[in-house]
Amino acid sequence: MPIEVLMPALSPTMEKGNLAKWVKNEGDKVKSGDVIAEIETDKATMEVEAVDEGTLGKILVPAGTQDVAVNTPIALILVDGESAKDLSAQPKAKLAPAPKSAPKPQPQPAKAPAPAATIAALPDVAVPEAPSEEVPAGTEMVTMTVREALRDAMAEEMRRDKDVFVIGEEVAEYQGAYKVTQGLLQEFGAKRVVDTPITEHGFAGLGVGAAFAGLKPIVEFMTWNFAMQAIDQIVNSAAKTSYMSGGQVSCSIVFRGPNGPAARVAAQHSQDYSAWFAHIPGLKVIAPYSAADAKGLLKAAIRDPNPVIFLENEILYGKSFPVPKLDDFVLPIGKARIARAGKDVTLVGWSIGMNYALQAAEELAKNGIEAEVIDLRTLRPMDIETVIASVKKTARCVTVSEGWPQSGIGAEIASRIMEEAFDWLDAPIERVTGKDVPMPYAANLEKLALPSVAEVVEAARAVCYR
Amino acid sequence: MPVAAKSAASEKSTARGPGKDQAGAGAAAISILSREDEIKAYRAMLLIRRFEEKAGQLYGMGLIGGFCHLYIGQEAVVIGMGMAIAEGDQVITAYRDHGHMLASGMDPKGVMAELTGRRSGYSKGKGGSMHMFSTEKNFYGGHGIVGAQVSLGTGIAFANCYRDNGRVCLTYFGDGAANQGQVYESFNMAELWKLPVVYVIENNKYAMGTSVDRSSAQTDFSKRGLSFNIPGERVDGMDVRAVKAAGEKAVAFARAGNGPCILEMMTYRYRGHSMSDPAKYRPKDEVEKVRAEHDPIEMVRTRLIGEKRASEDELKKIDAEVRSIINEAADFASHEPEPDPAELYADVTR
Repeated sequence: MPIEVLMPALSPTMEKGNLAKWVKNEGDKVKSGDVIAEIETDKATMEVEAVDEGTLGKILVPAGTQDVAVNTPIALILVDGESAKDLSAQPKAKLAPAPKSAPKPQPQPAKAPAPAATIAALPDVAVPEAPSEEVPAGTEMVTMTVREALRDAMAEEMRRDKDVFVIGEEVAEYQGAYKVTQGLLQEFGAKRVVDTPITEHGFAGLGVGAAFAGLKPIVEFMTWNFAMQAIDQIVNSAAKTSYMSGGQVSCSIVFRGPNGPAARVAAQHSQDYSAWFAHIPGLKVIAPYSAADAKGLLKAAIRDPNPVIFLENEILYGKSFPVPKLDDFVLPIGKARIARAGKDVTLVGWSIGMNYALQAAEELAKNGIEAEVIDLRTLRPMDIETVIASVKKTARCVTVSEGWPQSGIGAEIASRIMEEAFDWLDAPIERVTGKDVPMPYAANLEKLALPSVAEVVEAARAVCYR
Repeated sequence: MPVAAKSAASEKSTARGPGKDQAGAGAAAISILSREDEIKAYRAMLLIRRFEEKAGQLYGMGLIGGFCHLYIGQEAVVIGMGMAIAEGDQVITAYRDHGHMLASGMDPKGVMAELTGRRSGYSKGKGGSMHMFSTEKNFYGGHGIVGAQVSLGTGIAFANCYRDNGRVCLTYFGDGAANQGQVYESFNMAELWKLPVVYVIENNKYAMGTSVDRSSAQTDFSKRGLSFNIPGERVDGMDVRAVKAAGEKAVAFARAGNGPCILEMMTYRYRGHSMSDPAKYRPKDEVEKVRAEHDPIEMVRTRLIGEKRASEDELKKIDAEVRSIINEAADFASHEPEPDPAELYADVTR
């Protein structure tokens, strides 16, 4: 029986890709290790190698096909003794395909059939959001990914100010480990797009020194997990020097990179540092959700005279949003956004937490509960006024994040509401968070460790007593 | 930043460094100072000595709090290097920083007022002994985390290179900091990108209470850059002439686009690590011997008198002037008001 060759995934978060070209033709002999095709995503290109020996019997997906879902059969290989006539036989998949990503969360069965892509389950269709007052009426909107929005923000600011430069691991020739800096080397050259050795502590400190001397570095950490090597320079040097110098020395620097759990990369690569940095006076901390916010806030961060921690999210990099087509779209740091208006319960999210919150709001609406969803966007300074105003209206609040519960941002929000709006509350505040464990690798355990839309719905119903 | 590499020497050998044309490690590299320079050095070193003695006194009186690390004994290092740099060159160091500030031309009143935590201090009383800055004098601190200033100074040199402004950053650290990992991360990048930085290692033989022999597998710190092809030189850090000579070569080397170099200054602190350190880890006669035979200020004084380049009276006049400046600074720092309470929340962000 012919063997199916399935569309492979380049990364745990990939759901589909393009079949760029076939290297082998129908009828060609192939042996294991032979490159038979090339596939690509917006992030990377990869060669597909044959695993089995035989003859390429049939190409099922022609070259140039866009958006081929992962695990789709793309070719059939005939093994010894088989011929073209066997192609009509029911092919047998070499591997059981992983179940399709579940768009709606459901309780994970005790024995999952196979590893499942869990947290990559973002809806393709953007959940409707309240119109923004920050964009002039009639502005043309273009659809772009968060990744592209971040790149455009950096490029625009680099065109505007020659003191702005990007430094980090693989930011230049590799075009960014997550392709966020794609094309910057080509436009700005090696002086302003600087590949570093693997030396986080060193290049973070070097960036801070350059900022003391008046440059405006954008320091990329390949992920925030690696920034723990550099946290002394961020906290002790970048955050404190303005104060310690009586305001003489400024440190205009952006530290950015993907934060929070990615997919299936386990404990040391899956951690949300929101609370760590939001704790530090002297820093500003931004954690955007949408591409428009990513662009407008990164531009603001680069211009800000203070050290700014810019927490991106790998899962969100490939998600598309409408972004206003404006020459200079800059958003204010420290302003939350009401992403969806409602009267029954306030859901507070930021970064990927918004993904759970907005989907939960849709679910809740079906049950007659109108949730108001607030995207904090900036964690320090925190726009608690917007949250308080909402809670005074709804009398109920649920916070949503992937970070750990103890001493987290949710705990801070709950505390501030308690201090400033205690008398308006009709229920205790609920926190939906990542579970209090290091991130496990196994797909089912990972799913359990993360928050879910169902948990947000449940928490919202609990505080509404419905 | 590969484009930053200018006409970098390509030889792998460490012999390409400044000062290596001299026989031995700096021993021969002594330039005769002009009378004017020698008197200038004497006065500047004396200013640091008297300042530090006064700071120690004010600490004892409870006017200075917290940590206070005195520079007494090491004065020739910052003064000699100060004579080797040009207008616009930057200086950064760790927490034993009072000497570096005075050598950078900062006002003793402002430094002393910071030590006493007053509003007229360089950091408005919010930094203290270890955290003082003067952007006007190109002094970038004053850093309390051992070794952090090495990456920061390398970054200042990166900015010089980025702007192609011809400036050099003197990055000071001690024998203790030389064992921190980020020092080597910085060495690597500085040499890779040929950054204009001179690493001045002040080897005063003790990292707090741990002697160099007990802390370091390689006790010759001038060799610490060898695996990065960074040239280094050992210098008699008690002799201001040797420091100036080695400093001039090193600064010229870095300024010419050849990348970083290391100067290991063999020096000695007379006092403990900080005011609370009775220094029981070293014999008293070790201190006395250096004081008697190799004191950086006395050596200049003896030379000036012996060679009849200055009279006792002339030097006494300088002593009196310095004492008066220091007394005035101490008086100022003792009577200035503390910061306004509103200052608590100022300067956190801008």
